[in-house]
Amino acid sequence: MPDPVSILPAALDLQVISKRFGSVEALSQVSLQVRSGSVHALLGENGAGKTTLMRIAFGMIRPDAGTIRINGVQKKLRAPADAIAAGIGMVHQHFMLAQAMTVAENVVLGGWGKYSVRAAADTVRKLGEKTGLLLDPFAKVSSLPVAAQQRLEIIKALAHKARILILDEPTAVLAPAEARDLLLQIRTLAANGTSVVLITHKLRDAQQVADDVSVLRHGKLILTGAMVDQTEASLVTAMLGTRAELITSGDQGAPATGTPIMSLQNVGVVQRNGVRRLQGIDFEVRGGEIVGVAALEGGATHLLRILAGRYKPTEGVARIPSRVGFIPEDRVRDALVAGFSLYENVALLEGGRRNGRMPWSRIKDETAALLTSFDVRAADINVPAQNLSGGNQQKLVLARELDNNPPALVAENPTRGLDIQSAAAIHQRLRNARENGCAIVFYSSDIEELVSLADRVVVVREGRVRPVAKDADAIGAALLGTSSSQTGFAE
Amino acid sequence: MMDALGTFLDGAVRTATPLAFAALGETVVERAGIINIGLEGSIICGALGGLIASAAHGTGFAFVMAGLSGTAVALLFAIFVTLLRSNQIITGTAISLFSLGLTGTLYRQMYGPAGAALTISTMHSSPLPFLSRIPLFGQAFFSQPPITYLLYGIVPAIWWWLYRTHAGLALRAVGENPEAAITAGISGRRVQFGAILFGGFMGGLAGGTLVIAQAGTFAEGMSAGRGFIAIAIVVLGRWRPVAVAFAALLFGGANALQYLFQAMGWSVPYQIFLALPYVLTLCGLAGIAGRVHAPASLGKWVETS
Amino acid sequence: MSGLALLALISDMLVRATPLIFTGLAVAVAFQAGVLNIGAEGQFLVGAAMATTVSLQLGPALGFTVIPIALLAGSAAGALWAWIAAELRSRFHVLEVISTIMLNFVAVYLISFLVRGPLQEPSHVYPQTSSIISSARLPLILPETRLHIGFLIAVAAGVTGWWLLRNTAGGFRLRLTGANPSAAFSAGLIDTERTARNAFLISGALAGLAGSVEVHGVTFALYENLSPGYGYTAIAVALLAGLNPLGVIITGILFGALETGASALQRDAGIPATLVSVIEALIILAVLAAEPLRARGLLRRDVTSVVQAAEPG
Repeated sequence: MPDPVSILPAALDLQVISKRFGSVEALSQVSLQVRSGSVHALLGENGAGKTTLMRIAFGMIRPDAGTIRINGVQKKLRAPADAIAAGIGMVHQHFMLAQAMTVAENVVLGGWGKYSVRAAADTVRKLGEKTGLLLDPFAKVSSLPVAAQQRLEIIKALAHKARILILDEPTAVLAPAEARDLLLQIRTLAANGTSVVLITHKLRDAQQVADDVSVLRHGKLILTGAMVDQTEASLVTAMLGTRAELITSGDQGAPATGTPIMSLQNVGVVQRNGVRRLQGIDFEVRGGEIVGVAALEGGATHLLRILAGRYKPTEGVARIPSRVGFIPEDRVRDALVAGFSLYENVALLEGGRRNGRMPWSRIKDETAALLTSFDVRAADINVPAQNLSGGNQQKLVLARELDNNPPALVAENPTRGLDIQSAAAIHQRLRNARENGCAIVFYSSDIEELVSLADRVVVVREGRVRPVAKDADAIGAALLGTSSSQTGFAE
Repeated sequence: MMDALGTFLDGAVRTATPLAFAALGETVVERAGIINIGLEGSIICGALGGLIASAAHGTGFAFVMAGLSGTAVALLFAIFVTLLRSNQIITGTAISLFSLGLTGTLYRQMYGPAGAALTISTMHSSPLPFLSRIPLFGQAFFSQPPITYLLYGIVPAIWWWLYRTHAGLALRAVGENPEAAITAGISGRRVQFGAILFGGFMGGLAGGTLVIAQAGTFAEGMSAGRGFIAIAIVVLGRWRPVAVAFAALLFGGANALQYLFQAMGWSVPYQIFLALPYVLTLCGLAGIAGRVHAPASLGKWVETS
Repeated sequence: MSGLALLALISDMLVRATPLIFTGLAVAVAFQAGVLNIGAEGQFLVGAAMATTVSLQLGPALGFTVIPIALLAGSAAGALWAWIAAELRSRFHVLEVISTIMLNFVAVYLISFLVRGPLQEPSHVYPQTSSIISSARLPLILPETRLHIGFLIAVAAGVTGWWLLRNTAGGFRLRLTGANPSAAFSAGLIDTERTARNAFLISGALAGLAGSVEVHGVTFALYENLSPGYGYTAIAVALLAGLNPLGVIITGILFGALETGASALQRDAGIPATLVSVIEALIILAVLAAEPLRARGLLRRDVTSVVQAAEPG
């Protein structure tokens, strides 16, 4: 039980933590305390800053400002090793396990001297008995199901004597039954004196298990306090904010008619390692409409790439035009060649499609025109793409993909990291393309953007695609997995 | 017939010894996630270093110097790859070329192209008292120069170090998932640096064996691609020390086939035997493709600090 | 130095530069596509062997067409030698660095077998072939020197290569594949595997042509040790030129001068010519140390030979 009276210092005390990545303010003067032996839920949407804050607590990132106190003692954390020494353990969203090695080996990693297989196995077994997180010490990690790998991550942290355990979206990869087990185990851990920070966007999980809660939005702390003092409504409001002013009021546009340009029938994806990503997708996009896709981090990746024709589904039929513009999220890795000039980057698709001479002078003229019409700020068309700022790179990619009016366009977070003006310009471009009959699908982790730009919105959740009302609360709720009579979308 | 077989096995072990040294060293390096194509350089430098030291002071010292020569070359590689983050493949190739050229130049400078090449008396075989009497295998495995017995000891030692010490565990983790290693508090850069130096020492020992225990003299380019063959042996042995040692023996056998053929009176163009190890390497690498699990981060650019 | 002596010196330099330019081009083309072809040495030898065989066997019958046919055959043989490594790479994920080096050694022994066996000169005394007939020999550019038109062919190849890479879609695709295969696929919808393979074959053909030209312009016969490591020097030539084909012409001549000078030094001052290998390797290292970014860009795909292709997302 967490101590009811805060006489004792908090297990983890973060004071006025701020962090900036380039021009983006990821965290702005966030302060929160985790009481000893409590479960503290850290809520917020994608990009709110939850993971960043906890990575700072784990020593993976250095804050620009602020202090960290552990059990009342101020600590300077230069690397995860320091955090581990101070008793903090973290289980990340993407597991940090050596797949080819055994459970026991992963658990004792970082030790010294001789390595006794038996001693390591005993450690695993003992911890398993104490916490209920049972594992076979000799199993190879790659053979373990995801839920077991997660248990392993927790055991790892505990084996390093963590008194404060940070879990980053632990139930995101679990089936409902496994998630229930994990939540029970978290309560057991807290009962045994471990303080647990649960980073999650799942309201329900937080309500079930947390003693205290803090909510972040856009890098700022919105509320913090005991869970009993909060209601579902107050938490949702804190996470999503009041109805913010939309960037520009989007017109609805005429309802789309005509034959579908992109159509998926019973499409599914099972990866090589057996993990299922999509199933039973029936989805159509017509010319002249913009469809917004809402999803959790990484959830829409396969769907988007299937729509863009860059990935083949393992099940079902996908009918896609031969030319689909694609704006991937990681523009530097997937859309641009950093060291090549702007005009060469504009010519990428043309280079792929034609044979014979490259009409460079025409391409150069076209590029110059594109730079002007899309307001891409660059010295000239000859500079390497890596010289451009992120926003201008994005505008360039959009310009290239929209050039020559493709029948369809797929975009992944097209305005992420851009300033308001650039974002508005891109939105206008997309609307123009829609007027020209283009079928547009875009994914955004910003719900407000979905509402303002899309004609209709769908949600990708647990591998399925479902339509949802074009309403910020409805979309947010659908992603969070809550049910609400107002949303028209029941869990 | 038995005689021929005996000679064949003996030849196999002889050929395998330097290959095994180099391959075992490279196994440790690759387990840490680095592919050192400059191994060839360590071998040839070890050969020259061993020769010169042997002329000066005798075999034990010579082997140590051979190892250190190999380490010196590997140090250059380590600096480029772990500190400057240069491309591992091109750096390794450059280091091999550099070492081949350097040793050739130095040798000619010191002993002249047409002058009397430096020769040393080679290390004699020391038959082990009881074991060498075992028919066939005794002659092959236990009637070898002492350096081979060192090899027999190194194989289990490396195995033990990799699988039964925390240091070995840490090294394997760096090769599998550097992020996992970092978050466990391990310095990937330091681990890789140390592994490369060790691999260099082993490569140097391989070169030393060629000269001190076998040829008795140096010849330009005498490493003859053994560094690259060793890399293939590591793959064939699936990055496991004991299997790597056996794979080396397999290669030795392929090379020693020529003696068997000779004894049998089968005449085959001798170039086939010379080419056999390389062809074997190609077949071996192709044959196991897709069924082998390399250290997951082998050769990749990863932030390890 | 008298005019004649200077002319002889320059012609020697350019003769020495010719195989370096060809193999340098081979390496540059491959590297630009992200293919680390270290096998120019073996492709050179195999090309030389094929071209020599054609000239020896068919020379008298072919009349004046023997030169282009022999050179073509040699290029094809070089491409074939590269094809082995290309297949191993695409089908079995074998690192081309290792496979091409292995094939280099096999090529050496193949030549050894040929010149001591089936192709050996009639008296069976020397490990070499007969000399090719005069109609198969490349004409000279400058009489009284050794400078043959092979040099001009090399320069032409360099200029053509530069032009093709710069101005054709195929050349553009090749450069994209090496620079960023992910974007090449995602944004350009380019079949990067096929592009890389074609680059590999072209590279082999260039190296094979190098060997053919060397035999038909300089040595006029096939023998062991035909190449003093041209294929390896080519790496330094290509890297120093920034993988630019026009630059390769220049660095090829530079290294030709270096090696000619080294031979002279060895003759006159007793300094081993192998020192040049050291200098060449140091040049590679210097280029690597000075441009860590470019070196990183040269190898975008995973180095591991047995890793499966990554899933998107």
